Parts: sequence; C-alpha cells; structure tokens
Amino acid sequence: MELPKTVEATLDLLAAKNYVADRSLATALLLSLKLGRPLFLEGEPGTGKTEIAKVLAASLGRKLIRLQCYEGLDAAAAVYEWNYPRQMMEIRLAEAGGDSKTTLESEIFSERFLIRRPLLEALAPDPAGPPVLLIDELDRADEPFEAYLLEVLSDWQVTIPELGTVKAPAPPLTIVTSNRTREIHDALKRRCFYAWVDFPDAARELQIVRSKCPGVGEKLSRQVVGFVQKLRGEELFKQPGVAETLDWTNALVALDRIALDPATIDDTLGALLKYQDDIARIRGTTAMKLLQSVEETAA
Amino acid sequence: MSDGEGTLVENIVRFARLLRAAGIPVGPGRAIEAVRAVGAAGVASKSDLYWSLHATLVNRRDQREVFDQAFRMFWRDPKLLERAMSTLLPPSPVGDDKGEVEEPLRRVAEAFNTVDRAPRPVEQQEDEERFDAAMTFSERELLQKKDFEQMSADEIARAQHAMARLVSPFPMRRTRRHRPDKRGRRLDHRATIRAMLRSGGDMATLAFKAPRVEEPPLVVLLDISGSMERYARMLLHFLHLLATDRARLQVFLFGTRLTNVTRAMRQKDVDKALSRIAELVEDWSGGTRIGACLREFNWRWSRRSLARSPTVLLVTDGLDREAGDGLAVEAERLAKSCGRLVWLNPLLRYDRFEPKSLGIRAILPFVDEFRPVHNLDSLEALVEALGEAPRIRGRYVWRGMAA
Repeated sequence: MELPKTVEATLDLLAAKNYVADRSLATALLLSLKLGRPLFLEGEPGTGKTEIAKVLAASLGRKLIRLQCYEGLDAAAAVYEWNYPRQMMEIRLAEAGGDSKTTLESEIFSERFLIRRPLLEALAPDPAGPPVLLIDELDRADEPFEAYLLEVLSDWQVTIPELGTVKAPAPPLTIVTSNRTREIHDALKRRCFYAWVDFPDAARELQIVRSKCPGVGEKLSRQVVGFVQKLRGEELFKQPGVAETLDWTNALVALDRIALDPATIDDTLGALLKYQDDIARIRGTTAMKLLQSVEETAA
Repeated sequence: MSDGEGTLVENIVRFARLLRAAGIPVGPGRAIEAVRAVGAAGVASKSDLYWSLHATLVNRRDQREVFDQAFRMFWRDPKLLERAMSTLLPPSPVGDDKGEVEEPLRRVAEAFNTVDRAPRPVEQQEDEERFDAAMTFSERELLQKKDFEQMSADEIARAQHAMARLVSPFPMRRTRRHRPDKRGRRLDHRATIRAMLRSGGDMATLAFKAPRVEEPPLVVLLDISGSMERYARMLLHFLHLLATDRARLQVFLFGTRLTNVTRAMRQKDVDKALSRIAELVEDWSGGTRIGACLREFNWRWSRRSLARSPTVLLVTDGLDREAGDGLAVEAERLAKSCGRLVWLNPLLRYDRFEPKSLGIRAILPFVDEFRPVHNLDSLEALVEALGEAPRIRGRYVWRGMAA
C-alpha cells in the first residue's frame, strides 16, 4: 500500500487496523514517513507505542522487524553475527580437502555464514517496500548501543569489516520507543521526530475500547472508561495505561459482568493497578466514591 | 658547543619541572623526550622550540593555557635561572603591578617561585625536600580530620583541592557487555575464528573475553537546608568533581522543595556550575521537609533516575521540620527502588550520637549504610565504599536499635 499523504489519510490508515490515534501523533507519524526519519515515541507504559509499529506494518503490508532492547545488547545481537560452528566446520573441511588459505579466507566471511540480526535485516531490500523497524524500549539498552544507533539511523548503513558496507536502498520506516526509565541522549533525539504519547481522553479511550473489545456492552464500556479516567486523577504511583483499561474490560467480560459494582471493582483492581500501595489506597471507599461520581456524570 | 647545549638541556629540564609544579603531569621520561625532540627539530626559532616542547610536554587540551604562560615567562629570559642561581634571589617573573592575577597565571607564578629556589647542592636539597614532605604530610593529616564546618577559607580551598585526588581512581562495576581479555572466562568466538584463519585452521588459539566495566551510576539527594549549609557547599564541590569525571551522576538538592541540578552540574567550570545551581535553587539554607521532598522524588523522578539500580546517596542530618511526618513510607519506597541506599549524615561525627529525632528514626530502618560525612577522611571512606559491590538487601542496623 502507498504511504499516506495527509494527516487524515494517516488517521484512516491507523483506524483501518483499529488504532485510534490523536492528531498530534498522526502528524508526527506522517512527517516521519514522508521525510524518511525515525519517529521517537515516548510515554507511559501501556499507551500503545509499540502497537503503532505493528499497525503500520500490517496496514501498509510491510514486514515488521522488531528489536527489543535490553541491558547488555550489543552489535552481535542487534546487527549481525557470524555462524561460528559452521565456519569452524568449513575450516576443518578445508583442512581435510587441502584447499588453499586464500579461498578459505574469502569463503569463510561470505553471506553464507552471516547471521542477520534485526538491524541488518531492516536494511536489506524488500520487494514489498522498506520494512517497518521497531526499536522497542530503547531506554533499556545502555549508552554504547545508543551511540551505535546514531550511525545506523542517520545514514542507514552498517559496516561489516569482512564484507564491506551494507546500505539500505530506502530507509526503513523506523519507530523508536522509550518508557523514559532514563533520558535518551539529545544526539539521538535530534535525528528523529518526537512525539509524546499521552493517556487518551475519555472520548478516544471509549473509541479504543469499542474497537478493541467488540463484545462489550455500551454501559459497561462507558463505566470502565469513566472509572479509569477518574482513577488517573487520583494520586497513584503508577497510573493505568490503555493496555490496562483493555485488560480490565476483558476481565470483566470474562466474569460476565454487564455493569460495574463496588465488589467487582475491588476483586479485579489488580488488572488496573500494579502496585500494592496503589491497590490498598483505592480499594474500598475510594473505589466506591469514584464509581459514584462516574454514575453521576453519566446520569 | 657542548657548553651551550648543556645549558639548553638544563633549561628544558627546568622548564619541565616548572610545568610539573604548575600542575601539568610531566615526568622525567617526558622531559628526556622533550630534550630529544628539541634536538631533532633544532631551535632555529622560538616558535620551533615552543611547538617541540608543546608536542612532548602537553597531552591535554586544557593544559595548553598553563603551558603557554609558563613558556612565555620562562623562555623570555632563558638565563633567568642561572642568574637566580648566582644571586639566590629569584627575580619575580610576574610583575606585582597587577593586583588581581587570573587563576592559571597564579598557578604558574606559584610554580615559578617554588622551582626557582632550586640552586642548592644536591644533598642539602634532598634534606629540605624530606623535611618539606613531612610538613605537608602532617598538615594534610590535620586537614583530613578537620570538620568542614570549622575550616578557614584557605583550608576549604585546600580541602577542595584534596578532593580532586579522591575522584579519579573511582572503582568500576561489571556490565553485561564484553571486551577481549586473555584471562577472561568466556570464549570469544569471533576472535578465535579470525585467529584460526590466520593459520589456515592448523592451530586453534582460543581467545577469551570478559565483562566490560563501567562507572556505577550514582544518584545524590543533597540536603541544602540551614543546618547543612557548610557541608552542602563542600559536597557540591565534591559532586562537581564527580560530575566532570563520570557521565552517570544525577544530583538533586532539597530543602523545602526538590530541585534537579544535574544539567547545571555538567558545566565544566566549577564556579559557573555552582552559580547556575544557585540560580536554580530557591530554598538555600531554609527549613527541611525531608518527607515531602522524598515523596516528590519518588513520584516524579524515581522511575527515570533509578532505572539501573544505582547507588543513592542521601545526604542529610535528618533534622526534619515536619518531624518525620510520612517520611518512613517514602524512605521505604526509595530504598526499594534503588540498588543501595547510603545515608550520609554529618551528625555522626559526634561520638555520642543517638538516633533520637523523629526524622532520623523514620529513615534509619531502610538504609543499607549509615556513614558520617564531615571531613576529608569520611569522604575518602565513602569513595572506597562506593566502589564495593552493593550488598544484597543487608539493611543497616543501628547499634541499640535492633532490639
């Protein structure tokens, strides 16, 4: 599929796969697609940052290549690695067959023995068009890796000493996400378009619940969204994200509930809140008060 | 000819000593190199001499200024030292006409005054140096033990200088990345294969790798309320030295409110950094609301600052205006989210210190370590302690409070 040309087209593209985006996010995405620069998404966990890449790949019909970052991630795990056991075998065979050293040298570091990891994979030409490259939770990787990315993300090339430079024919559609457990260096942010993914407002969250949990009744979905929105106004150590709202909705459906009541909320609060302190604070009277005010606004 | 050359060599060596006295680390090896370099390049012009010496005696950009000034003063009159020798009265190389001399100049001038008084027979000189060393040693000893609060301005300056010595050999911690290491435990496949190729597969020399090391991340929460003022200033200076030395340091100041001064700390020049911090902070020397400030940190910053389970230094005397209200909850949360919580408390300098105040009693059950911080000795101990591997959840127990 063609890349979108306008903000509306971008919104439609995402909506086609049930992703309800707000305008600022769609604009940033459009710019990054048009200008071939990575999109840097930052925000609370569970606000749908990773989802964007998946939706983008699915609706454009591109391959999704995901690089999950973690501490200790290095070039061997992110870019390429040589297949050592096979190389070793090749050397042994050459030894037995009496091949010359020069042919061995040229053979052993050829494409045949190269194991492509996500970044190198993303630079390879693809008949369907450049793939979607998702660099997920970059804040978990350490600084040396971030510095390595600088070259890849601005020049779209990787140098393999034994083979030469691999350059992408067209830049992959790159989405970088961060949960902000640490600040990403300015140098990297500068090479990207930046968008802060916030919690959605009530109307958008309701839309999301409707499109993602089609089996839920109208009353319950309104109550759920109303309750979560109110809950985010409370002093919580970790506010529930959209992912938690959806989890909760599905949990309620699984329990055959069609409306919220205080007892159900107390029992299922664990789907929304992930800190014991938070649960203890909300459970009981606070939850009841929140539910009351949700019903008042609905009435 | 040999006579003239001898003077030049001697002058170069003297010049090297001058630089050393001015704070540029020039060892005898480099002085010899400088002599060789000047010999090789010839001394057709002064600028040739300048750049030959520069190439051999300077190895960092920030040494350039000191070198430049020392060079101009020293080689303006290369006979300076010989004359000084004959009269035993060294002419002052910098005029006293200017009342205020800029900082590096002062360093150079001081160096001039110490080095120039060198013309003594060898044995006598050694005696003098030994004596001198003893003096500085005992002086330093005194300085080490002296409470920051009781230091004179001059002593503070010297203490700050001494702190610099503490910073550089900062211990490291292991990461999950690797580097080649002959004595490493894990096989480095990539290097092994390359080595095998070199011999066409005849011999397999195994290459090994070991974990890379890095500076451990550090988060500092520093109390700047009235009762902590003197210590806070000293510690800020110390932290600035750390900040220029390491990338992963975050500094928060608190009194009645919390301020993140990490960016200001990165400013290389200490005076500029401190004045920028002073602009940022609105509650110098006021009261303390430890509970509220810790809460602010926990809610706004902890997930961003404590991701790699850093060591957290909580620097406060624990004298809380709000009498420890809500402090225990926040201290517990802080302790749970970081790798190690070290409490530095200047009150610990008193032998008969007892954790009586409510604020102190609230925090104490959650800290891993409780250390004094009031003089250079305690800072030194701190630096040492920071390098050790964090203890695993071995909470500190105050003697007498365990029961």
